[in-house]
Amino acid sequence: MKYRSVFDIIGPAMIGPSSSHTAGAARIGRMARRLFGRIPHEVDIEFCGSFANTYQGHGTDVAITGGLMNFDTHDPRIKDALKIAEDIGLKIRISTVDPPGEHPNTAWITLQDRAGTMRVKGISVGGGKIAMLEADGFAMNLSGDAWTALVFHKDHFGMIASVASVLADQRINIAKMGMSRKAKGQDALLIIETDEAIADSLGSRIAGIADVGQVRILPPL
Amino acid sequence: MRFSTIEELVRLAETQGKAISDIMIEEEENATEVPKEQIIQKMQQHLDTMEQAVLRGLTEEVKSRSGLTGGDARKLEGYLQQGRTLAGARMLQAVSRAIATNEVNAAMGTIVATPTAGASGVIPGCLFGLAGDIGADREAMVRFLFTSGAIGYVIANRSFISGAAGGCQAEVGSASAMAAGAIVEMAGGTPSQSAHAAAIALKNTLGLVCDPVAGLVEVPCVMRNAMGAANAIVAADLALAGIESVIPADEVIGAMYRIGQAMPGTLKETALGGLAATPTGERHRRRLFGSNQGTTGEGDIENA
Repeated sequence: MKYRSVFDIIGPAMIGPSSSHTAGAARIGRMARRLFGRIPHEVDIEFCGSFANTYQGHGTDVAITGGLMNFDTHDPRIKDALKIAEDIGLKIRISTVDPPGEHPNTAWITLQDRAGTMRVKGISVGGGKIAMLEADGFAMNLSGDAWTALVFHKDHFGMIASVASVLADQRINIAKMGMSRKAKGQDALLIIETDEAIADSLGSRIAGIADVGQVRILPPL
Repeated sequence: MRFSTIEELVRLAETQGKAISDIMIEEEENATEVPKEQIIQKMQQHLDTMEQAVLRGLTEEVKSRSGLTGGDARKLEGYLQQGRTLAGARMLQAVSRAIATNEVNAAMGTIVATPTAGASGVIPGCLFGLAGDIGADREAMVRFLFTSGAIGYVIANRSFISGAAGGCQAEVGSASAMAAGAIVEMAGGTPSQSAHAAAIALKNTLGLVCDPVAGLVEVPCVMRNAMGAANAIVAADLALAGIESVIPADEVIGAMYRIGQAMPGTLKETALGGLAATPTGERHRRRLFGSNQGTTGEGDIENA
């Protein structure tokens, strides 16, 4: 089921004019920033399909920029997001591309700062619901509805068990788990959605496991 | 949720002698493990947000950045005050509130997506247009939103609710079906009558394309919200009169999905066909954005 709550249908409360092209875009921006894990200095946004054809009219560029600055869908500052980004020195570049086979409301976002770059892909599926489908070449399907831990690591045996035991220690129930890896024994990403909140301290404990790289704890949108 | 079809929803309600809104609240509680009081409180907040949007649209000078929409809700309200309407006060009260909400949306004001922002006028329009006259209190108004949500939940999961995926039938059509079912419950009808009202409302919007001028959620969206509210009230009245939809609601939803899939991309929120590609539509696009967002030209409805 794509939609799981009555508030996916009645809601969100949001700044207009489009739930998919404005509210959804804001949420894609916000998730992109959370996946990146810090405030980017420069962001390249590539719009595909309907996003590409109608972004100016829907304020998609404005909303996604608001999301990159962590604004919620109903934050009135969204209206002025491009101006605010300029004021704080966040560089935003917008372009349109037309690759075949993409979802009609797709945005590719490349976030950059001095420490690194991350390229993510998000789609807006309707009514403000979104899915993040890719980050740094790792496939995923994140709706932003649940607490999520992203564990970047080196693929080898026992990794899932080690991470799961840290969560189990704190009586945190795993709702969904997914693994994405570039090749056997190569860089891999473990994606865990949980029923309970995950404290930042838990993220540090997971990061302490051997061969774990970065850990991102994402609260629900 | 223990229902994924309208039929299952109606059966859950009728076998327990409950309203659709009761079932939606119970199922939400079970599915999300959020306490009932919090669920109801959140819906009350949404109701307040909707009311503020209606009020703004009816009383303030609302104008979108493009200048294409704004002020029509007030125009209609003034006409209503003169007391010589054809459709009658109740119908037009709902229509003016639907327009008011959608005008606020177009002006980047705060609204609640029901189920989307483009269709955000239909449900509050019907709700605030009718509630006073039929003596619905605040609790009944909150229930209205849960009932709408239950119907929308089925449509969203079995078909679509975005114009980019399924055309305007998926947005204003879905909103109209959701409102029709909720009006029936608010007016004292049965869950089965709600299902028939939803089926009738959705049938009457099948095939409706999403062809916004210059890609803006303004023309024809605001007027389509007006139509969506009126269509919902007519469908509710038909169902309350005991008229049944020959095609059951779930099958209408299935038909909407197949029609949306067959719809060319130019008519699914790309602003490349339909009204967007008329000479006047094109002129407005050029005025607003220059020529960097091209359309394929008038009458061109080839698959994108």
